[in-house]
Amino acid sequence: MTLLEVVARAVAALAAFLVLPLVVGQAEHKVMAHMQGRLGPMYAGGFHGWAQLVADGVKFVQKEDLVPAAADRWVFRLAPAVALVPYLVALAALPVHPGVAALEVPGSVLLVLAATSVGALGTLMAGWSSGNKYSLIGGLRAAAQLVSYELPLVLAVASVALAGGSLSLATLAERWSPWWLLWQLPGALVFLLAGVAELQRPPFDMPVADAELVMGAWTEYTGLRFAFFLLAEYAGIVVVSLLFAVLWLGGWHGPLPDALGWLWTLGKGLLVALAVIWVRVSWPRLREDQLQRLAWLWLLPLALAQVVLTAAGVVAGW
Amino acid sequence: MVSARDRRGRGGLPGVLKGLAATARTAVRPSHTAEYPDVAPTLPPRSRGVIALLEENCTSCMLCARECPDWCIYIDSHKETLPAATPGGRERQRNVLDRFAIDFSLCMYCGICVEVCPFDALFWSPQFEYAETDIRDLLHEKDRLGGWMATVPPPPALDERAAEPGEVAAANRPARGTGLVGGGGTRPPRTVRPRVVRDPPPQEPS
Ligand code: SF4
Ligand code: SF4
Repeated sequence: MTLLEVVARAVAALAAFLVLPLVVGQAEHKVMAHMQGRLGPMYAGGFHGWAQLVADGVKFVQKEDLVPAAADRWVFRLAPAVALVPYLVALAALPVHPGVAALEVPGSVLLVLAATSVGALGTLMAGWSSGNKYSLIGGLRAAAQLVSYELPLVLAVASVALAGGSLSLATLAERWSPWWLLWQLPGALVFLLAGVAELQRPPFDMPVADAELVMGAWTEYTGLRFAFFLLAEYAGIVVVSLLFAVLWLGGWHGPLPDALGWLWTLGKGLLVALAVIWVRVSWPRLREDQLQRLAWLWLLPLALAQVVLTAAGVVAGW
Repeated sequence: MVSARDRRGRGGLPGVLKGLAATARTAVRPSHTAEYPDVAPTLPPRSRGVIALLEENCTSCMLCARECPDWCIYIDSHKETLPAATPGGRERQRNVLDRFAIDFSLCMYCGICVEVCPFDALFWSPQFEYAETDIRDLLHEKDRLGGWMATVPPPPALDERAAEPGEVAAANRPARGTGLVGGGGTRPPRTVRPRVVRDPPPQEPS
């Protein structure tokens, strides 16, 4: 790999990382507004407020960067980066087209899963270092949530890896067949729920529950660092949606010519992202104990059953 | 007993799906947002936007200023003596309005001044776009209050079988006293005095 190629890949991954979360964020603004009978942003940029998030970004940059006196300065400052960068790595490893991924590694499934769970560590660091009780409770809730939902998430992905017989996302997407839609359905549901929980999005947003914890682990953050956390959230949606599209919806498989495969992947990913937004608008936040109950009493057994089903299928040669 | 158990929050799957359906349904319907600065709002004709002053009608009687609950109407006036219209006639006095101002930073839009004015000098206008960057500019003087008269809507039409408005009824009534002054009266006198019949005075013996 020449230096030029490395630079080109890095730039492409960075561009996707800066554009796709904004697309999802803007979609959330508009879709949520219409689901609530509103119009959402209409002015920024002229056409239906398309530049609203850019305007928000400009505003965030202008704000003062505060560090509380009681905070653990270095951890506090590092936390947004820890929350953000893993999603960049995960996004780079996601294939969007046959043979097209910014970062090609053999075990990309493992890499993506590992990277996404590091992201939640940023929240934990933020909560721990802020010197604020709300932040601390938020951070600990995030940790508890991470522990309970990581397991069903990994099991669901493991089931697909088992079915496809590979740990590489590209290979798994190649071996995907429509029959998986039914065969892997329980695992898909588990992954969606656990993914939303891992992103700390409503209805699983207990770590930032604004009615109880002000803004949870992000309470003390201002300006650009706060914007990084928000960007991390939307980048997380992009990663989870694309991962779902690649593993369960067949990525670039579709009736159009093969050259348009990337369009299929992005389109399916966008649909999943819309579902994540839809769920946020429709459902109230769960209580902390309900969250744990759901994870351990429903999702985990379901994921285990899926793994058993997949194993049976693989052995039987489906 | 199952029925006695508290079943709140146990909607389970149906409730969850209902939530999704509700938001989806709202999303495909037109939204309720009023795009105000771009699209003028449709206000009911009698909405209380600003108070207009018809200066010609005002007699400086001060009733509005005295009834205003937060004393935000300012009136200055002086008396003028008009010379007699006919030689040997009587001089007349009248009030001249020097200043009439309403402070809309204090006004609470109760409408008492409009109600209380006996001479129909104050009117509600639905115009509401007079926000200012300086609060002192919300004190509208006479000419500005007069300018709002152009935005006062005509009074709403009467209901189909409503009684005639007082002014119209008064104008249609036959002029008073035609029977007595004009001669050949059609109306009988209202009161009839009983004829007093007295005994003739006793004759004095002469
Ligand atoms: S509407 Fe305003 S000016 Fe008129 S009486 Fe009420 S408070 Fe006073
Ligand atoms: S009550 Fe009417 S007539 Fe009297 S001062 Fe006020 S506006 Fe003028």
